Amino acid sequence: MGIEEKAGNLGVVTTSLEYVVNWGRTNAMWPLLFGLACCAIEMMGAQASNYDLSRFGMELNRASPRQADLMIVAGRVSRKMAPVVRRLYDQMPEPKWVVAMGDCAACGGVFNNYAIVQGVDEVVPVDVYVAGCPPRPEALIDGIMLLHQKVMREKISGQKEQPVRLQQPLIQVK
Amino acid sequence: MDNAHLLATLRERLGTGIIAVGEHRGDLSLTLAPGAYYAAAQYLRDDPDLAYHFLENLCGVDYLGREPRFEVVAHLVSLRHGHRVCLKVGAPEASPRVPSLTPLFPTANYQERETYDLLGIAFDGHPSLTRILMPEDWVGHPQRKDHPLGEEEVAFTFNQDSIYARKPFAKS
Repeated sequence: MGIEEKAGNLGVVTTSLEYVVNWGRTNAMWPLLFGLACCAIEMMGAQASNYDLSRFGMELNRASPRQADLMIVAGRVSRKMAPVVRRLYDQMPEPKWVVAMGDCAACGGVFNNYAIVQGVDEVVPVDVYVAGCPPRPEALIDGIMLLHQKVMREKISGQKEQPVRLQQPLIQVK
Repeated sequence: MDNAHLLATLRERLGTGIIAVGEHRGDLSLTLAPGAYYAAAQYLRDDPDLAYHFLENLCGVDYLGREPRFEVVAHLVSLRHGHRVCLKVGAPEASPRVPSLTPLFPTANYQERETYDLLGIAFDGHPSLTRILMPEDWVGHPQRKDHPLGEEEVAFTFNQDSIYARKPFAKS
């Protein structure tokens, strides 16, 4: 009397625990429900029916940081908001990831002034930066796919990859 | 209600308290001595023939290089007479202090806090003069003209190494 009598003949699947764990994490990655500025509108667009982020198991935006795996920082972070963002990040359970959506969250964008944090990576460790002002929903989905690939490469020890930096400019001026 | 009548009434009332008078697009503006500022606002509000009951706007200006360097600008509106008047009062750079209008107009409370927060002009008689927009531990007043505009250098590929070396990245 085993499981095969109830579920039918499943056959045998061999895989590594690392792969199964990472696969499970990527396919039900729930973002934290918060938006800081205009990028949040595009984030909502990515989750609505046209772009349908729920194809990737991400239709649930959790309003509580205790139930969220992914923080999408959608918008500029003011210096007054930065401690709040950090507190939300600290309240999320491990493992957790951060996507800096848009130029403002990535590097301050057009707001190089006293009130805006010049990149949310000063406050929380960022896994993927999505460029754009604001990025279209396709760009956000692309960034999330990139994050999924990154999570699939994670080790079972929980060690995270080091960030990849651009060494050459994308556009070469001659 | 017209500007000439209003000015004559106020001159009779305040005398030398009026330092300068200006008119722009039909709106009267009065530069007042700090001692006459509160009295002028109270008179404009309480006199039944004037009835400037509505404080439309209160803000500060930084005229860097001029003395008095700061100026507080208040716009009063008489809804009954459909008329508007602008009150200005200077504040010296050494100790910018201006009487508060909050006892007369409760709406001045937050606007004076904002002026204090961003320009560092203190309001005497304000019930709780604390920062309203900037974080409480902020040092300085960012809307002053001599406050640095940008806080950090922008990173490009040609200078990112030197910037990232001293940028305070977050620990996980």
